[in-house]
Amino acid sequence: MINRRNFILKSAGTLAGLSLWQKPSLATTNAIEEALILEPLKSKDGLIKKTYRPPNFETPISYFNTTFTPNKHFFVRYHHAIIPEINSDNWQLSIGGDAINKPLSLTLKQLQTDFKSVEIAALCLCSGNRRSLFNPPVSGVQWGSGAMGNALWRGVRLKDVLAATGIKQSALEVSFNGADSGMLRTTPDFMKSLPLEKVLDENTLIAFEMNGEPLPHWNGFPARLIVPGWTATYWIKHLTEINIQSHPADNFWMKTAYRIPKEGFKSGQFISQETQLNMPITELVVNSLITNLVDGQTFSSNKAIEINGVAWDKGDGIQRVEISIDGGKTWELTTLQKNYGRFSWRQWRYNLKPTHTGEYRIMARATSISGITQPLEPVANPSGYHHNALQTISIQLI
Amino acid sequence: MPIFFLLITLFTNAALSEESQIHLKEDLGKENIISQCSICHSADYITMHAKILDRSGWEKTVGKMINVMGAPINDCDKKIIIDYLVKNYGK
Repeated sequence: MINRRNFILKSAGTLAGLSLWQKPSLATTNAIEEALILEPLKSKDGLIKKTYRPPNFETPISYFNTTFTPNKHFFVRYHHAIIPEINSDNWQLSIGGDAINKPLSLTLKQLQTDFKSVEIAALCLCSGNRRSLFNPPVSGVQWGSGAMGNALWRGVRLKDVLAATGIKQSALEVSFNGADSGMLRTTPDFMKSLPLEKVLDENTLIAFEMNGEPLPHWNGFPARLIVPGWTATYWIKHLTEINIQSHPADNFWMKTAYRIPKEGFKSGQFISQETQLNMPITELVVNSLITNLVDGQTFSSNKAIEINGVAWDKGDGIQRVEISIDGGKTWELTTLQKNYGRFSWRQWRYNLKPTHTGEYRIMARATSISGITQPLEPVANPSGYHHNALQTISIQLI
Repeated sequence: MPIFFLLITLFTNAALSEESQIHLKEDLGKENIISQCSICHSADYITMHAKILDRSGWEKTVGKMINVMGAPINDCDKKIIIDYLVKNYGK
């Protein structure tokens, strides 16, 4: 079958002037059944389009009222337009690098049967979530609050898989590559690395299931990295290649992109990638979201209003979420709901009993177990990451 | 490279039905955007940044597309593209 991508590649291949066009690497050629460069998001439902190609779609906040975000409503984020649809029978994960004893190649079946399977609830949150709320505006995908989702991820521990290869003393970072790529060969392939400490963390997984189903194509089928507590830039989708290396990864996506200034943020999580002034974004910051109210919404003052929301942090856990109904003058505790583990978001509830008609300015404020509270203003940074300022929603009671 | 343009035209017309709903403003430089920028990404990357980037912001962005992302755009086209973006989608 001649699909669109093959058409483009074949056409391009006959044109001498087009040597820049990307060709699939040998490692992934066999696994590519069809490249979905252009289709709208088949198997997804109700997402908000930010960009068509590469596909960037966010989840409407109304879908955040369940503990786990349904797969068909889970956000989609890509840097590259070539996203091969992978046949799991042909997929292989290659593990190599200069700091490995025994290079290894695994099929999906081997990955699923040769290692102990574990499941973890974890929030997957794009570094640039809420970028559109920065003032002045910041360049980049103008995400609202929906570039995140909470899911149950089933997979195997990365450290178990790497133990099978043997890690040399010289190992410093482990780099990860997925099957997606840019349209041009000159575009730097999206690759990320992690420090050895995070790689060996028992919570870092290679996952093949999400909420009890195989990973959806748009969320990384057949296997993706799960890095609980760290932003989703490290959660490489369609994982094909792992390299254990004795030197810091040196590519655009590590050295230039996804960086935050040291001033204003905690450093020390990824020392081999830090410079004097900046460092890679790593851990999530404490944050919360009101999920069942819309700014400007009108209610009757005759009955109580249940306010629902979620709160999260880097994995210390949420100690409390407070709510203000008077624009931040007074605060009351909300009731935290069931704890699904420290990397999951925590749902909370508050019952607002109206005492007057008119405007109520609702704010939520989360504090982590380590005692860190959301700030009034976000920390300004050039790429618009880590927006965790208090949110205010005005409702009217009549 | 007329054949290059032909390919891109086929690409955009035949295949990008969803994307074709994005209409860039008619002005000198629009064709350069369609034939060059659209190789790698849909035009909503441009409309999304309307009123966000000023001249220096668009210069930096187009410069990044060429120098970092490897877009094969020559200096003459670069200027046309930047002028179009500043005029039609500048802050």
